[in-house]
Amino acid sequence: MTRPLSAPLDVGFDYTRSLGPTLGRFLSDLRRRKVTGIRGSDGRVHVPPLEYDPVTAERLSEFVDVTATGVVRGWSWIPEPLEGQPLDRPFAWALIQLDGADTSLLHAVDAGSPDQMATGTRVRARWRPERVGAITDIECFEISDEPADPPAEADEVTMVTTPVNLHYTHSASPTEDPFLRGLMEGRLIAQRCPVCEKVYFPPRPACPVDGVPTTDQIELSDRGTITTYCVVNVPFLGQRIPPPYVSAYVLLDGADIPFLHLLLGVAPEDVRMGMRVEAVWKPREEWGPTMQNIDHFKPSGEPDAPFDSYSQHL
Amino acid sequence: MRPAAVVGTGQTHHAAKRLDVSMAGLCREAIDRAMADAGVDWSDIDAVVLGKAPDLFEGVMMPELFLADALGAVGKPLLRVHTAGSVGGSTGNVAASLVQSGVHDRVLAVAFEKQSESNAMWALSVPTPFTMPVHAGAGGYFAPHVRSYIRRASAPEHIGAMVAAKDRRNGARNPYAHLKQPDITVESVQASTMLWDPIRYDETCPSSDGACAVVISSEPTSGQAAWIRATAMRTEPTTFAGRDQVNPQAGQDAARALWKQAGITDPLSEVDAAEIYVPFSWFEPMWLENLGFTDIGQGWKLTEAGETEIGGRLPVNPSGGVLSSNPIGASGLLRFAEAAMQVMGTAGDHQVDGAQVALGHAYGGGSQFFAMWVVGSEKP
Repeated sequence: MTRPLSAPLDVGFDYTRSLGPTLGRFLSDLRRRKVTGIRGSDGRVHVPPLEYDPVTAERLSEFVDVTATGVVRGWSWIPEPLEGQPLDRPFAWALIQLDGADTSLLHAVDAGSPDQMATGTRVRARWRPERVGAITDIECFEISDEPADPPAEADEVTMVTTPVNLHYTHSASPTEDPFLRGLMEGRLIAQRCPVCEKVYFPPRPACPVDGVPTTDQIELSDRGTITTYCVVNVPFLGQRIPPPYVSAYVLLDGADIPFLHLLLGVAPEDVRMGMRVEAVWKPREEWGPTMQNIDHFKPSGEPDAPFDSYSQHL
Repeated sequence: MRPAAVVGTGQTHHAAKRLDVSMAGLCREAIDRAMADAGVDWSDIDAVVLGKAPDLFEGVMMPELFLADALGAVGKPLLRVHTAGSVGGSTGNVAASLVQSGVHDRVLAVAFEKQSESNAMWALSVPTPFTMPVHAGAGGYFAPHVRSYIRRASAPEHIGAMVAAKDRRNGARNPYAHLKQPDITVESVQASTMLWDPIRYDETCPSSDGACAVVISSEPTSGQAAWIRATAMRTEPTTFAGRDQVNPQAGQDAARALWKQAGITDPLSEVDAAEIYVPFSWFEPMWLENLGFTDIGQGWKLTEAGETEIGGRLPVNPSGGVLSSNPIGASGLLRFAEAAMQVMGTAGDHQVDGAQVALGHAYGGGSQFFAMWVVGSEKP
């Protein structure tokens, strides 16, 4: 059996975080090479500081200075660092109880070898030369009995940027696969539900109404009817087609469900519900397993379809 | 099933960017107001239910984990609810069911969104491989279906602008609303930029940071109570052959079940105020029909006659609605809370005189999740 088609799907965004008074103070102080905790209702000093007490849920406000040195309370060795981790060489993730704190902070220890790591090992922060107000202002911890670098002046931070990048491999379903391979040959392959006899394009693994596999394969022509549409005038981040463009629901002849595609070759103000359209294919050498093989739809010149012929597809 | 009531409501000041607070601080602003309104303390709360829309909006997977202490959930059950844009409504219904069933006596329901942390249009338009990248956020999704409604109902073009002008004027009476536009007119809405034809800029909800909280209890904790007379939720697939995208079956079914449970036979006569999820203006007449307030194709006539204004036969969104504030995850719970405020008589400048029965409504996804409740001033 051939493997279903797959393609990379990369999703990334630079999220922004407004910090509020507690986290703002913590990260501003990191920028100043200082570590600040907060005292809870039971007297414990929490590092990083908590915004709300874990016992009473009350808002906490008594900041406490702690040192940038401490002791390893637990650790795990990372022989092969992954993308986005603090160090690009083997290191330890460790729970570090800073001197003056009652709770442990998770950070990296640049220990060189797991032989150097032990519960109870003394460590100190290695401060980054350029600090922005982030937990990564501590580049990592290092094994040492000595004090860390002294505090320095720096401005307050109220916001941080947190880039999130996700790398997926998107696989087609076994039902989608023949549909996508058909597109590579310029064919439009749909499937019919054996119970309700509705024709799905693109095909589904199962009929959403009857819950049975849609096993009957049929080929459709590349002509159809615009059921409804909108004109996209708004630009937005990640947009692939420059606006304005007409995003239209196309009901292919013989299909029972419309799909969204691009409509060109007509001024947006002249587009109509019921307009008859035909596919405009990209040059054959550009074809791949995608609906983008159809560059767009354009008016076919036939008379508009009567409203009753597509009204049940709105 | 024993009676349950909303005994306190709270919400944040909603804004495009609430850069003064963290996500935890945003939630607590609403929670602290709701608990003060109810006259309860943390020891009175038995369980917490959190609602929030897709995690991609803030880029925080399972925010309920890191928010547990801020939500006062330590040592208590904490549930996360997720039904896309309707989640705030579903959160209210889940919290209500925990009290109605006798599992808990007092439950805190919280919902939030901090849209400024990312960009919802981006998050709702991630291009899936093998497809045509024509998707353009929620507006691009709903605009074709709005066009279908206009055609099917033969509705005049100015109805959408009337809804937008009304809701924004109402928002100006709500101290917590994101948008306050007391001077907006039908003409100024019609003159605004066409974003996703047929939806104009002024007919579109804003992008807001905000939160909402309600305390639901088996017994009143202070003088006020909005008794929950009925709740309903229904779901359908996003797409299937023959699906009615204008008047979805799941919404019709939920409404029918809701009115039956509430003992309401003529919603238009028996409901005094409605907070309906209207992120794009035309959804007011669409949902008036879907909810059974009018016959099919007649919803816009109620709007056009001015009957959905404060002072009309059925004031719709006296708070200003989603068109005035849209912290997505919280928007549904805001509808539910505002309905409760109406029957408790605590809605201030946007109070509907003498409101005794009110509807809270939310929908989400591609109009596939529906959640609603009816609250009343009388104990059932």
